[in-house]
Amino acid sequence: MLKLKKLLKTYRTGDQALKSIDLEVPEGQVLALIGPSGAGKSTMIRCINRLVEPTSGEVWLGDTELTRLGATALRKARREMGMIFQEYALVERLTVMENVLSGRLGYVGFWRSVLRRFPQSDVDEAFRLLDRVGLLEMADKRADELSGGQRQRVGICRALIQNPKVLLVDEPTASLDPKTSRQIMRLICELCAERGLAAIINIHDVALAQMFVQRVVGLRFGAIEFDGDPTALTPDVLTTIYGAEDWEATIAVVEDEDEPEAVV
Amino acid sequence: MSAALQAKVGQQWKRPPFVRNATLRWTLIGGFVAYLIAAYFTIEVNWSRVYEGLDRGARFVLAFTSPDFVSRWTDIRDGMIESIIMTVAASVVGILISIPIGLGAARNVAPLPIYMICRGIVAVSRALQEIIVAILLVAIFGFGPLAGFLTLSFATIGFLSKLLAEDIESMDKVQAEAIRATGARWSQWIIYGVLPQVMPRLIGLSIYRLDINFRESAILGLVGAGGIGATLNTAFDRYEYDTAAAILIIIIVIVMILEYISGIVRARVQ
Repeated sequence: MLKLKKLLKTYRTGDQALKSIDLEVPEGQVLALIGPSGAGKSTMIRCINRLVEPTSGEVWLGDTELTRLGATALRKARREMGMIFQEYALVERLTVMENVLSGRLGYVGFWRSVLRRFPQSDVDEAFRLLDRVGLLEMADKRADELSGGQRQRVGICRALIQNPKVLLVDEPTASLDPKTSRQIMRLICELCAERGLAAIINIHDVALAQMFVQRVVGLRFGAIEFDGDPTALTPDVLTTIYGAEDWEATIAVVEDEDEPEAVV
Repeated sequence: MSAALQAKVGQQWKRPPFVRNATLRWTLIGGFVAYLIAAYFTIEVNWSRVYEGLDRGARFVLAFTSPDFVSRWTDIRDGMIESIIMTVAASVVGILISIPIGLGAARNVAPLPIYMICRGIVAVSRALQEIIVAILLVAIFGFGPLAGFLTLSFATIGFLSKLLAEDIESMDKVQAEAIRATGARWSQWIIYGVLPQVMPRLIGLSIYRLDINFRESAILGLVGAGGIGATLNTAFDRYEYDTAAAILIIIIVIVMILEYISGIVRARVQ
C-alpha cells in the first residue's frame, strides 16, 4: 500500500533527518511512529506527501512512485493522502465548513472554489463527516472560535473528505489535554477501521500509542530502531529509542476505560 | 555551591550592551552627539524675517475663526467632488494592482525571478515621491485629474504591495501547508491558505490608503494635478485665507470621518 525505499533526507544545514528508511505499511494498518524530538518523525511524514522534498529514495503509494512526480501529478497524488496536523492547522479565519471543504480543493476547479460553489455531493459529505465527529451545529462558526479538541475534529474531517488511501497524522494530540487526546486518538483509529484506511501517526505519548495502534515503529536519529507489536515495547526497547530513563511508568498497563464519546 | 556560581552570587547583573567594545561604543555615542550639535548650529534663523512673517501667520490662523464657505462655494464643491472621484478611482485601481504585486513580492509565495521583478516595482514606486510623479504626469497628460488619478494609483501600489508582502511573509506557515497537502493548485492555495490570513490587514491598509490618497489629492492640486488642491492653491494665490481655511476645515472633517469609519471596519474584520 505505502512503501518507503531507502528514503533519505539531508537538510541544507547538513542535518541528516532520515537515514535510508525502509518501511512498508499494508492496507488498513494503523501504525504509530514514536521517537524523541528531532528523530525525524515529522520529516518522514512530510517526505511522503512531499511538503518536504526527500533527498533520495522512493515512496510508493499503490503503484505510483511519488518522489519523481511533476507538479500536476503530485497534486493528484496528494489528494490520496490526508494529513492531520499537530496544531490543527485550520485556516483560522475561514468557517468550519470552508475548512472541511478545503479538503476537496484537489478535485474542484478554481472558480468553484473561489465562489464556494462546491458540488452537492461534497457538501453532503462534509455535513456527514461533521455529524460523525459531533460538530454538525458548528459548520458556520469560524475555526478560531472552536476549542482544541473541536479543531482537531475539523482537521480530521478535512483529511477524510479527500477520500484518501492513507492518513498522515503528525502529533495529533500534542496540544490537547489527556482526555481529549484519547478521544481524538480513538476517533482517528475508529475512522481508519470504518474506512479501511492505512495511517501513520507520529506521537510522543508512548502509552497512548500502545492503547490504540496495531504496530509501533521507533525512530532515533533518523533510523528505525524498533518495529513491532505495541506489547513488545519493553523498557529496554524504549531505552534504545529514547535513551536511558525509568520507563515503567510510561508503558501502558491500563485497559482503555470505556468513557462515553463526549463531544468536547 | 560551585566556584562558578560563587563568583556570580552577590554581584549586580546588567544586560550585555549592544556594542560590546567600550571604546567603540563611547566613540559612536560621542560622535553622534557632536554631529547633532554641529547640525543645529548650521540651521540659520533670520529673526527679522520671522518677525515680519508672524503677522501673516496670524492672519492665516485667524482666518479659521471666520472661514468663508460661501463666496467660492461652487469652486470648492467642484474641487471636492473631483478630489473624491480621484481618490476612490485611484484607490480601487491601486489596490487591485497591489494584490498580485504584493503576492509576487512575498518570498514565501513567489519564485525568485517574479519576486525580484515585483520588489523592483515596489522600490521604484516608493522611491518616487508623489509630487515628483505628479509633475511628470502633468507634463505628459496636461493639467487635470487624470494626472492626479494616475499618480495616486502609482503611489498606492508601492505602499500597499510592500506592506501586503510583509504580512504574507510573516503568515502562519502551517495553515498554508495544510491547504497545500490537500492537493490544491497554487491559485487555490493562495485563495484558501494565504488570503484569509492577510485579509484583515489588507482591508485595514486599504482604508488607510484611501485616507492617505484623499489627503494627497489636496496636495497634488498644487502642481496642477486636479482636485481640491487646485482650488486651495488659487485661494492662497489670491490671499483669500478665509476660503483656504474653509477648504482645510472640509478636508479635516472628511479625514476624521474616514478615520472613524476605518476604526469600525478594522474592528469588524479582525
